[in-house]
Amino acid sequence: MEDRLVVAGKAYGSRLLVGTGKYRDFEETRLAIEASGAEIVTVAIRRVNIGQSAGEPNLLDVLPQSRYTILPNTAGCYTAEDAVRTLRLARELLDGHALVKLEVLGDAETLFPNMPETLAAAKTLVAEGFQVMVYCSDDPILARQLEEIGCVAVMPLASLIGSGMGILNPWNLQIILDRAKVPVLVDAGIGTASDAAVAMELGCDGVLMNTAIAKARDPVRMGRAMKLAVEAGREAWLAGRMDRKPYRASASSPAEGLIGKTA
Amino acid sequence: MELRLRINGDERRFAKPLTVAGLVGELGVQGKRIAIERNGEIVPRSRYGEVELADGDRLEVVVAVGGG
Repeated sequence: MEDRLVVAGKAYGSRLLVGTGKYRDFEETRLAIEASGAEIVTVAIRRVNIGQSAGEPNLLDVLPQSRYTILPNTAGCYTAEDAVRTLRLARELLDGHALVKLEVLGDAETLFPNMPETLAAAKTLVAEGFQVMVYCSDDPILARQLEEIGCVAVMPLASLIGSGMGILNPWNLQIILDRAKVPVLVDAGIGTASDAAVAMELGCDGVLMNTAIAKARDPVRMGRAMKLAVEAGREAWLAGRMDRKPYRASASSPAEGLIGKTA
Repeated sequence: MELRLRINGDERRFAKPLTVAGLVGELGVQGKRIAIERNGEIVPRSRYGEVELADGDRLEVVVAVGGG
């Protein structure tokens, strides 16, 4: 059977989700996302720049909804109310689209999530029919509460947003993974391909990243690297790694038939 | 009569009467992928022509931009 990521009843071929921020221009955005193979791409919702030239290209023209699942986020929101308002606007903007990424920040320096506000926003959004993928801390109890509220995926941070520090607490992620019944995706903190592979080897259902690709020296090439890393990590997890034997080596070549031995 | 609206945080003045559809034209954002909130409530695109704006209305006009 084909190995697909299923979120809110819909199957996706790629387990890599990517953001669209921090690129040099729309052309670089388009090429890097194409190379990444991602099918779900996040966008932010912001006030329109009134007075800008009417012919200015729009991100949604670069990323047609016929090809990509657009995942509007609430990046930059610090209260449940602002997050809910933002996603109601997003739903209108995207013609009734229900799949969204909720994030409610608690602190401008660390961009750590404000979990009480996140839980409150999740409750409102689920009640209004949104399918909520939620950025959260790596606290297994809070992850469980978000799942109980009805979030369709929980997305704990690996390390701070945009930090590129990789997976700092695989043990907490493992507890969340062992218990969750909804997909668990690592969101935030991935720095390079090996980080993404490790996330997948832990058993994550997917990885969401933005800066690691956008701020690589060659974003298009890094998009491809991340695609391969997520695929490799997933395959390794499905294959089941060998046991670790910290104190005893095990030769790969036969111990018999060596030359120069006498009976 | 003058119509004072707070649009994306800035106060702007228009001539009455003005519908949301009229405002979209005034702002030069017609044909763009936008969404509009009026006093905290979404104005569905299908109703732009019939929703008349009132003095003191607070509007948010948004688009999708790059983000993670």
